[in-house]
Amino acid sequence: MGEFTIRMPDVGEGVAEAELVEWQVKIGDPVREDMVVAAVMTDKATVEIPSPVNGTVVWLGGEIGDTIAVKAPLIRIQTEGEGEEPTTRETVAAAAGEQDPEPAAPTEEPEKPESAAPPPAPAASARPLPEMDKPLAAPSVRLLARDNGIDLRQIHGSGPAGRILREDIEQFLLHGRDTAPALQGFAKKSSKEEIKLTGLRRRIAEKMVLSTSRIPHITYVEEVDVTALEELRATMNGKRKSDQPKLTLLPFLMRTLVKAVSDQPDFNATFDDDAGIVTRFGAVHIGIATQTPAGLAVPVVKHTEARSIWDCAAEMNRLAEATRTGTATRDELTGSTITISSLGALGGIVSTPVINHPEVAIVGVNKIATRPVWDGAQFVPRKMMNLSSSFDHRIIDGWDAATFVQRLKTLIETPALIFIEG
Amino acid sequence: MKEISCKLLVIGAGPGGYVCAIRAGQLGIDTVIVEAGRPGGTCLTIGCIPSKALIHAAETFDAARSMSAGENALGIRVEAASIDLSKTVAWKDGIVGRLTSGVAGLLQKARVKIVHGRARFRDGKTVEVETETGQQIIRAETVVIATGSDPVELAALPFGGRVISSTEALSLTELPKKLVVVGGGYIGLELGTAFARMGSQVTVVEAMAQLLPLYDADLTKPVKRRLTERGITVLTDTKAIGLSETGAALIVEGPEGRQELPADHILVAIGRRPRTTGSGLEDLDLDRTGPYLRIDDRCRTSMRGVYAIGDVTGEPMLAHRAMAQGEMVAEIVAGKKRAWDKRCIPAICFTDPEIVSAGLSPDEARSQGFDVKIGQFPFAANGRAMTMKDEDGFVRVVARADTNVVLGLQAVGSGVSELSSSFSMAIEMGARLEDIAATIHAHPTRSEALQEAALKAMGHALHI
Repeated sequence: MGEFTIRMPDVGEGVAEAELVEWQVKIGDPVREDMVVAAVMTDKATVEIPSPVNGTVVWLGGEIGDTIAVKAPLIRIQTEGEGEEPTTRETVAAAAGEQDPEPAAPTEEPEKPESAAPPPAPAASARPLPEMDKPLAAPSVRLLARDNGIDLRQIHGSGPAGRILREDIEQFLLHGRDTAPALQGFAKKSSKEEIKLTGLRRRIAEKMVLSTSRIPHITYVEEVDVTALEELRATMNGKRKSDQPKLTLLPFLMRTLVKAVSDQPDFNATFDDDAGIVTRFGAVHIGIATQTPAGLAVPVVKHTEARSIWDCAAEMNRLAEATRTGTATRDELTGSTITISSLGALGGIVSTPVINHPEVAIVGVNKIATRPVWDGAQFVPRKMMNLSSSFDHRIIDGWDAATFVQRLKTLIETPALIFIEG
Repeated sequence: MKEISCKLLVIGAGPGGYVCAIRAGQLGIDTVIVEAGRPGGTCLTIGCIPSKALIHAAETFDAARSMSAGENALGIRVEAASIDLSKTVAWKDGIVGRLTSGVAGLLQKARVKIVHGRARFRDGKTVEVETETGQQIIRAETVVIATGSDPVELAALPFGGRVISSTEALSLTELPKKLVVVGGGYIGLELGTAFARMGSQVTVVEAMAQLLPLYDADLTKPVKRRLTERGITVLTDTKAIGLSETGAALIVEGPEGRQELPADHILVAIGRRPRTTGSGLEDLDLDRTGPYLRIDDRCRTSMRGVYAIGDVTGEPMLAHRAMAQGEMVAEIVAGKKRAWDKRCIPAICFTDPEIVSAGLSPDEARSQGFDVKIGQFPFAANGRAMTMKDEDGFVRVVARADTNVVLGLQAVGSGVSELSSSFSMAIEMGARLEDIAATIHAHPTRSEALQEAALKAMGHALHI
């Protein structure tokens, strides 16, 4: 019998640690070669870890939500065959469709703190629960729970002294946790539920703290008349070829940004505040803030400066779909130089977008509404839309921010300008 | 050599094994059970049932004899009472016969194949059985070890001759004039009391300072008082050294030095040990906890597909625990999700008076960190106890102080064994004191003491 250790693979791009988001196996489970045993999440992408050997899981290196350093032991597998060189072989990460990422600036060898993994504990299978931990429930209720694979400790008992009733199990089966049957009239509720922040939600939380704690935001809101743009959009959509995607407002805005940042390259940049270096980019990689079932994600439409409006639309649709279904690669979720935030039809009047660190600008799109506009002689109905944009005030002065947004306004209100070369 | 294969093989047809086999049969599992003796195991043939028959006979005779002694409060006159122990034992054997053939019938009804003979493991999935008709090989996907336990022998007092175990004590056809019982646990006291009530002069020798060390002093006090009233000599802190030279007496050493206790029989009842030898079990190399087979909460041993239930898995060695384990294992083998989640295993001493305990005693509850409320109601204040002319004892309830959830129930008194179902039901159901107090307990019964104990724990008992 040999023992084989799978270590946290190097998931690339200077990632020193990754968060454990899923165990596909537990101690005692048999595993086959190539079977996925765990999933870990780096800044953006989820990476599945396969087993390179056949055997039985004897040790797991952490719990869901733990952050594990690259090369730290992740899982130990007892192998059937001859003693394999223990604990040295490494596995190759099989990131979902991961390609060689763009060569980034050379990164330092990531620090490798010894994993905080607990010492291997023997699988104590017969540990009786202390009396206090036993949920209060009649035998028939316990049997019902067991038949349905429910751990009674998850259930909030609605009976006297917290006794779990048959109805509580039935409610749980119907609606999931903590939905006691609705009582007639008003009732005090004392339940509370603690939810550990894991996976994407934790990434988002960390990212938001980073952005708002480090970047002094200046937010500027301007009203834009999109009547002409909407007419153009309707015309283009009416005459589009069958292989062309339907255009939304966003591809127009993307092309508008390309035009605007060519005049003001300060806005298409990242700011490394530790090094004190602003990096301006020739490429305009536009991040599109996208809602997914798991939370906010920002897929990146690369090289919009080299894409037609149709191409921008097609690429954006493809990425949005990949992001929502969780198949976007790490590469497709990183590398933006400026970001668009749109809440679509829910867009509201004004928003205060949070800059996607380490970028310096984010443009937020609010809802289009037909409003009466005074044209000097009379009120006319115009399709109006607000742009709410935030900038890193360390790099961008208020005057420049206003100039940038006014430039966007001019381009959008006279959309032909977007398409004029030079 | 015959060879059969089955899905489930149960080794031992005691209460654990036969229940497991019947339940498996009900669930449509192809099941074989192997038993060397009669079905029913220790419980039916040489344990619970025969001893209770003997205890009942002794109690009845004792009542009659006490009435023949002269005037009594009930005004009953009895001429000289006598007992013919051989007839008593024959009656007891009749009950055992009925029950064991009943078990055989139940197994057949569940389509369980019974193989008579001693099983010996070849490996974890194969046993050989020496039957009357030759050797039989049985291969099984799943094996349940339910081999039970044997009385522990004292090295200085090997069984044989005057030195007997509980098995022989239950089949004596002549009443011993002098009986020495080594071991003050429940088996020794139950049998010692029975023989004393039938007229034997009984001495109980216990190495520890306490009789019935598993129960607290409040519960054992009425039992000790009755032992004294019956003229049973109790020697605690006393060790059995060995037989005298003639073999007609037991030498013991206690706080007052050595003495010889003349005895027709010396009953050694110092405990039971798991039956794990002589069946090839040693070679299976299963993990142990002390002398017992180690099991998890699904009665799985350290070998895949091999389960163990009953006495062979450790304390408490009680038939009803084995039965519950057997039923659970059968359902697990049938693919159901089951695990041991019983809240209590009630225990009874059929001493005089009886003791019953379910759940935690007050001290156990406190040592587990609970703040407790305790309610104790004496039978002296119970009408039914008075009409039965036996007012000794009480019912006691132990509950959590914060939620009133019942943690334990104990009682000592005549006939309290029948309260055990209420006790364990209350605990399994997660009852609070209010639940018991608000349940109508029929009058006049001893069970009213349970309701009153719950009321008393809440501070408003009605009849005291």
